[in-house]
Amino acid sequence: MTQYIIRRILQMIPITLGILTLIFSLIHLIPGDPAVQIAGEGARPQDVLSVRKALGLDQPLWKQYVNYLGRLAHGDLGRSFRTNESVAKEIASRYPATMQLAFGAMFVALLVAFPLGIISAIYRNSWIDNLARFFALIGVSMPSFWFGPLLIIAFAINHPWFPVSGREEGWKSLVLPSLTMGLALAAILTRMIRVSLAEELNQLYVTTAIAKGVTRGKAIFRHALKNALIPVITILGLQFGSLLTGAIITEQIFSWPGLGRLLIQSITTRDYPQVQASILVIALTYIMVNFISDLLYGIVDPRIKLE
Amino acid sequence: MKRLFRNFAFTSGLVLTVLILLAAIAAPLLAPHDPNVPIGNRLEKPSNAHMFGLDELGRDVLSRMIWGARVSLRVGFSVVLLASLVGVTLGAISGYFGGIIDVLVMRLCDILLAFPGILLAIALVAVLGPSLNNVILALAVIGWVGYARLVRGQVLKVREMEYVTAAKALGAKSPRVIIRHVLPNVINPVIVMATLGLAGAILAEAALSFLGLGVQPPTPSWGGMLSYGRRYLGEANHLAIFPGAAIMIAVMGLNFLGDGLIDALDPKYRKLIR
Repeated sequence: MTQYIIRRILQMIPITLGILTLIFSLIHLIPGDPAVQIAGEGARPQDVLSVRKALGLDQPLWKQYVNYLGRLAHGDLGRSFRTNESVAKEIASRYPATMQLAFGAMFVALLVAFPLGIISAIYRNSWIDNLARFFALIGVSMPSFWFGPLLIIAFAINHPWFPVSGREEGWKSLVLPSLTMGLALAAILTRMIRVSLAEELNQLYVTTAIAKGVTRGKAIFRHALKNALIPVITILGLQFGSLLTGAIITEQIFSWPGLGRLLIQSITTRDYPQVQASILVIALTYIMVNFISDLLYGIVDPRIKLE
Repeated sequence: MKRLFRNFAFTSGLVLTVLILLAAIAAPLLAPHDPNVPIGNRLEKPSNAHMFGLDELGRDVLSRMIWGARVSLRVGFSVVLLASLVGVTLGAISGYFGGIIDVLVMRLCDILLAFPGILLAIALVAVLGPSLNNVILALAVIGWVGYARLVRGQVLKVREMEYVTAAKALGAKSPRVIIRHVLPNVINPVIVMATLGLAGAILAEAALSFLGLGVQPPTPSWGGMLSYGRRYLGEANHLAIFPGAAIMIAVMGLNFLGDGLIDALDPKYRKLIR
């Protein structure tokens, strides 16, 4: 196992470095002189100069890159142009909200997908299976930026059970954003559980168990489901990563004060250090979550370590 | 071909896609009003006179949706064309020649794949500035990777085939072997990926426009209309409902088309592409 973990960490290093380089180069992709663009059209020369200095754009590229990596190693993500506060502080204050939303969505997805996927696999081609498949189709096709407003119309405006936006009303505030973000994941997981469990139910060991007198329920839940869940765990991990990017849209719909909303706000105000840092934190979280789900996969399915 | 048309997913997807394509092409003939000119009271509800109602500036929602189809399809087709052109070329070169080119291209793919796609698109549009062309560029930058990996994998298999060895033995140069012998044999899964990619690009453009990073007003785009409509959910929910439905129908149609193509061409493609 240790060898497997070390190998995965070694694989992760060049990819992380590549991503850091990509984020570093973002500011240099700004058309024209980045300092002029950031200071704004018609800015005074001294303002442009101070932007150039603040971002270190007056130094050679290689030095900028080395400084950037050095600052990151010290946990320094830069200062916001808008507030002059440390961007890391702003991110730290927004991060829990995004995580809460991601876990909320995951909870919704599991709550829907497990029963639906299992029933669908057991009663294949029945009306309930067809219903589950239709739900999965709608779930993956419906964009969150449409589903969210529909939920608001139905459950916040026509029936004011939940707040339209914000995070002030505790769990009530979490319901609609979690549903919005969880729908697509629920659809994907339902499909996955259905296919995976149906495949296991066809295996000989399940037939043998039933032939030896184990009840059908026990054969399904004790034997087949355990094996069927292996691929589902990987998907769950990978999808948790995409929930983080999904949060950018959902947070915008519900004015949820998370990292995604901070990113979009910073883009609108051209607060580039904040933009860079937000993207960096989302991307690194995404990589870390994928890494952890890879490790988990190695633990639940020992065959993976051998590959 | 017969088998293709007997496939329900394919035919229903084809019908939906053709309808949207026709709407986009014939927008000037089909749209009852100018999409950018106010013609009545703002936020007017749907009625016989205006089937989908009027928007926050009193413009006809139906006309804006018909013109919006142009933006969606323009982005979709441009992204798929650019991404597949770059991806297929790099994937073919990478797979055929191997060596350092292969290592470089594949490591770049790994980095781009490790980066959440839409986040990279947002980042690129954020620095390049929101516009139709920049959206196309950003989505193509994240889109080519899939084609490159797919084609590389296929080329690795095909290059060992006897007909490729025969072509080489007859003195054919590498570009000729790739273009005449290798690519025609790996193109089917690329077509399927492009169909599904079209749906993905339309959805991503709508998402970027929804976030205010896509096509800028007054040009009508489905995502942009939905974004503005969201502000009037209480008094005029038709502004959000209709453009959202258009996005979903378009994406569903193209996904059906892609799924149908997979089933008809070779169900094994599902594993390759998804």
